[in-house]
Amino acid sequence: MSEIIRRDPRREWIARNRLHPDNATVLAEMSGGAVSEWLGPNGVVRKNPRAIGFIGPHGVRRIDRSGLQQGGQSPGAAAAARDSRRTVTIDAPAFLVAVVPDMTGGRLSSQDKDLLGLARRVADADADQPGAVVAILFGEHKEDALGEAGVDRVVHLEDERYSGFAPEARLAVLSAVEREMAPRFWLLPDSPLGGADLGRRLSLRLGERAATGVWQVEADHDAPLGWQCTARGGAGSLDIQRPLPRVALALAECAEPVDETRHAAEHLTLSASIPTNLSRIEDLGQVAVDPAGVALDEAEFILSGGNGVKEWDAFHHAAKVLGATEGASRVAVDDGYMARDRQVGATGTWVTARVYVAVGISGAIQHLQGIQRCDKVVAINLDPGCDIIKRADLAVIGDSTQILAALVAMVEQQRGGQRDAA
Amino acid sequence: MQPEQQGIDVAVLVSIGRHPTTGRPRRAEQDARGLELALAMEAELPGTRISMLHAGPQDDGSEAALRGYLGMGLESMTLLEQPEGSDAIPALATHLATAAPQLVITGARAERGEGSGLLPYALAERLGWPLVNGLAAVESVENGVVTLLQALPRGQRRRLKVRLPAIISVDEAAPAARQSAFGPARRATFSMAATHPEADSELAQWHLAPARKRPKRLKIVKSASARDRFKAAASKSEGKGGQVLTDVSPEEGAEAIYKLLKEEDVLR
Repeated sequence: MSEIIRRDPRREWIARNRLHPDNATVLAEMSGGAVSEWLGPNGVVRKNPRAIGFIGPHGVRRIDRSGLQQGGQSPGAAAAARDSRRTVTIDAPAFLVAVVPDMTGGRLSSQDKDLLGLARRVADADADQPGAVVAILFGEHKEDALGEAGVDRVVHLEDERYSGFAPEARLAVLSAVEREMAPRFWLLPDSPLGGADLGRRLSLRLGERAATGVWQVEADHDAPLGWQCTARGGAGSLDIQRPLPRVALALAECAEPVDETRHAAEHLTLSASIPTNLSRIEDLGQVAVDPAGVALDEAEFILSGGNGVKEWDAFHHAAKVLGATEGASRVAVDDGYMARDRQVGATGTWVTARVYVAVGISGAIQHLQGIQRCDKVVAINLDPGCDIIKRADLAVIGDSTQILAALVAMVEQQRGGQRDAA
Repeated sequence: MQPEQQGIDVAVLVSIGRHPTTGRPRRAEQDARGLELALAMEAELPGTRISMLHAGPQDDGSEAALRGYLGMGLESMTLLEQPEGSDAIPALATHLATAAPQLVITGARAERGEGSGLLPYALAERLGWPLVNGLAAVESVENGVVTLLQALPRGQRRRLKVRLPAIISVDEAAPAARQSAFGPARRATFSMAATHPEADSELAQWHLAPARKRPKRLKIVKSASARDRFKAAASKSEGKGGQVLTDVSPEEGAEAIYKLLKEEDVLR
C-alpha cells in the first residue's frame, strides 16, 4: 500500500451530512466498525457525537461511557474480561499445603473452594517463598476448574477401593502422601461423613491434635507454624484461639475462594505403592430409602407439583418411578392435593435439593425463595413467560402430563434394559 | 440350624452435656442417643450387657447430669474419677483395654470443653479398633460381625459390616433418646474406678471465649469498571438463564430431562 492518504470528497460529504440516506453505512465503513469514531484524512480521530449511545426505553438517548457499547470491540473486550485471571505457576515450592476436598457429587463444593482459598492464603503468605497447594482427590470427578480454584498439584486416585466408605484405604493414601511429600499443613473440610471423619483419623495417625471447626486463620509470628486460628468448640458455644496445628478441619466460609489467579493443577503420581491391608469395615452399599420418608428440607431430588398438574395419580406414579421426594406449591396444597408438610416456599419448607423438578409451577416469588439453594432446577410448564423459566436450568414448554408420562416410560424402559443385561 | 443368639458386651461412653440456652449441665444429646441405641440392642439381643462409663470429676452438677442417663434404665455406671481439666482419653483407653467390651458407643462430640470430636478417633487409634461414625441403627450382630446403618447426608443410609471389637459414634441421625425416669435415676448407683489423671496441658494454654457471631460474608465484586460494580450492587440478579425447549414433542422434552437427571446422578 502507498503511504498517500486518498480522500473521497463525496464520502466525506455523506459522512458529514446526517440527513443523507447512506450516512450510517458510510460512517460505519470509515470507522471500521465503531460508528462514532473514525480516522480522518489527516490521521486525526474524528468523532460523531450524535452516533454515540443508544435510545433508551423512554426515547431518551443514553450514553454508556464504560466502553462496552463500542460496536466492533465488544466481543473481544468481553472475552478479555472473562480471561482476566493471572496465571501462576510455582515450580519449586518452599513447602506444600495438602488439601483433601470432599468433591460431593464429583465437583468442588463451595466449602471445598473456601478451603482451597484458605490453603492459598497459607501458601502465599510469603511472596518470596510461595508454597504449593496439593489436592488429593479420590474417585472419579467432573471438575475441570481445579486450577481456577487454586490447586497447583493434583494427586488423583481413581481406584475402585477408594469409593464408598473406605476410611482405612483413604488413610493409607494420605499416610503415603505424608511420607513422600511431607506437607507442612493438612487442610480438610469439617463436613460430616467427608473431611470431618477422614481428617480426624489422619490427625490421630500423624499424632497431631487437630484444630476442628476452624473459621478464622491469622498470621502470628509467635506461633510454632506462624499461624493462629480461631475454632468453634463446645457444640458451637465456644471460640478457641490456638496456634494452627499441622492438621486443621475448617468450616464453610473460612476464607474467600480464589478468584484472581489460575494455577497449574499439574498431575502427580505417588511413586511408592500403597499397601492394601484388609479392611475391617465392609461397605455393602447404599440402602434404598423410601423417598417419601425423607424430610423435604434434606431431600436430594424433589418432584414438585403445582397448579398446572391435572392428573395427580400420574404425578405420584412419576415420583415413585423416578425415586423422587414429592413437593408441592402453595396452590396445590391449598386445593387439597398435597399435605401441608410438602409445601415448598417461604411459608413452607426451604429446600436444598440438588435437582428440583417443578411441574406446572409458575414460580411465585415465595416459591422461588424456597428453592434458592437448589442446584439444578428443571421446569415443565405450558407458559414460556413465567418466572420459573428464568430460574430454571432446563425448561420444557409443553403439557406436563404427557412429558411426565414420556419420562416415566423412558426411565422404566432403561431400568428394564439394565435388568435384562444383568 | 439357627445360630444361637449371644449377647455382647457394650460400653457406652457418656459425657456431661450443656444446655444450649441456660448452660446448665444435662445429659448430652448425642450420648443419650448412643445409650438409647445400646438399650435397643439389649431389647433385640437378649444377653447384651451394657456398661456405662464416664471420666471426669464427681460433684453435684455432674452427678445430676449423669443420673439423667441412669434414669433411662440402667442400675449402675462406672465413674473414672479425675479432676477437672484432665485428659479423658488415657483414662478411658486404659479402662477399655482391661474391660475389653466388644462394642463401644460414643456421641460424636462433647457439648462442653474443646468438643473437637477427636475422642472416639483417639480411642480407636490407641486400641487399634475400627471406627464408624454417623451411625443411624444397629441391624444385627452375628459371629463377631456387626451390621450397621450409617446415616448419609440427605436422609440416605449406607449398610456397613464391621468386625468386632469396634467403636461407633452417634450423631443426630440416631433414634431420639427416651425420657429419663426420676425414681430409677435416684436409686441407681455409681461405682468408682481409680485412674491416673493426666492434665490436659495443651487445652490449658488456649484462649477460650464465648462464641461470637461469625461475620456474614459480603458479596465482593472485583471489577475494573465502576459500571460493573454499580450494576452488581444495584441490580437484581437475573439468573444465568438456562436452556428453554419450546415446540418440542413430549418425548424430546422427556429425553432432555432424563439426560439431566442422569448427569446429576439422582436416578437409582
